[in-house]
Amino acid sequence: MTIPRIIGAGLVVIGAGIGIGKIGGSAMDAIARQPDATGKIQTAMLIAAALIEGIGFAALFAVSEN
Amino acid sequence: MLFSNKPFQFTIAILVACLPLFGFANEPQDSVKTHTERRTLVTDETDHAAIKESAHEAHGGALTLGQKIDAYKAHHVLDAHDFTLFSDEETGKHFGFPLPIILWDNGLHIFSSSKFDHGNAVAESNGNYYKLGHDEKIYKTDAAGTLAGDEHHPTNAKPIDFSITKNVLSMMIVSLIMFLIFSGLAKSYSKNGGISAGFGRIFEPLVLYIRDEIAIPNIGEKHYKKYMSYLLTIFFFVWFLNIFGLTPLGINVTGNIAITAGLAIITALITNFTANKNYWKHIFWMPGVPTPMKIILAPIELLGVVIKPFSLMIRLYANIIAGHIVLMSLIALIFIFGSLIGGVLSFLLSFAISTIEILVALLQAYIFTMLSALYFGSAVEEHHHDKAHH
Repeated sequence: MTIPRIIGAGLVVIGAGIGIGKIGGSAMDAIARQPDATGKIQTAMLIAAALIEGIGFAALFAVSEN
Repeated sequence: MLFSNKPFQFTIAILVACLPLFGFANEPQDSVKTHTERRTLVTDETDHAAIKESAHEAHGGALTLGQKIDAYKAHHVLDAHDFTLFSDEETGKHFGFPLPIILWDNGLHIFSSSKFDHGNAVAESNGNYYKLGHDEKIYKTDAAGTLAGDEHHPTNAKPIDFSITKNVLSMMIVSLIMFLIFSGLAKSYSKNGGISAGFGRIFEPLVLYIRDEIAIPNIGEKHYKKYMSYLLTIFFFVWFLNIFGLTPLGINVTGNIAITAGLAIITALITNFTANKNYWKHIFWMPGVPTPMKIILAPIELLGVVIKPFSLMIRLYANIIAGHIVLMSLIALIFIFGSLIGGVLSFLLSFAISTIEILVALLQAYIFTMLSALYFGSAVEEHHHDKAHH
């Protein structure tokens, strides 16, 4: 049962990584276009990243051994 | 101005980042290895041999290095009934202090956790016998201390445990520190004519940040005041406990799912009990949506009420516990390599991760506060006639 779990954990990390990566990239673009709005963009970026992270951790929980 | 000196600040930052290493550096000498080492030592002590043997049996005799490391990690992330700072491998002596055990089992039982002898002995209280399991839970046993069933999940009866455990003690200390710092800060405003003084003033910018950047934009000018006390409490409580988790004390409070669940439930209760009509309307019968869609969306929205605090709970817990496990795994490299390479590698990696963990400690406190404020904001949002609903 260990190998499916490891594959599952890998898939979760890939998914969460792509999600957070897209958010970070878009935030970089947005800051480059609107340097004045850096603070607001960062806040929105952190919230979105935290939400994805939450889902990612929930999935990691589902595949963890305990 | 010593504190504006850059090299000085840098040195302090390095020292702080190295702090966790002292705590984790004691790891292989903790209970598990001690137990296996002691096994050979105690076999000739006939009186304690039977009890100790049963404790060693659960560890499965001689453990491989990987199992020892796994067992140490599992022990570290759990709450404990005594406060062990470090232990001596040679003598099996634990340095630390016991904590009070308070049990409810057809009457109140209060005794010191030193009676358990770190899970090796059976504690007797008013004619009842208790034993500490490997999952750090207290089980009711007979005089010999036999645990029935699986070694990690015994089927013995469990008394209701109100003990002052390591986590409870840590939370009490943090609460006391917070009370002293912030009541001092509050008093200094009236004494100094509106200017903060004393140690608490270093937190003034953070208090203002939470008000101006978290509470007001998310909750709104009109309602933010009644939530400020909760937001400040949750921010500093989570942040202080996260930082305490990185100190050599080796406590893991915010990495305990029961505690994050408690915090998330408080946020959920405040959200739902202070919510206005508009909030519930948007959950059960959202305006501007076709009727068939309303029927489909209502259960999903209602599920969201539960999912929001659930994700708060998982996020904080998983982040902190993941940080602790990663740090311990990196330090375990020393023992896996058993050479200079492992030591250097382990130091550099755990140094880097410790520095990141200090950032994560603040970030998670911020995220928890931010999302709580967001949920409170959605609960008190007024109905906007001028805006179209999407």
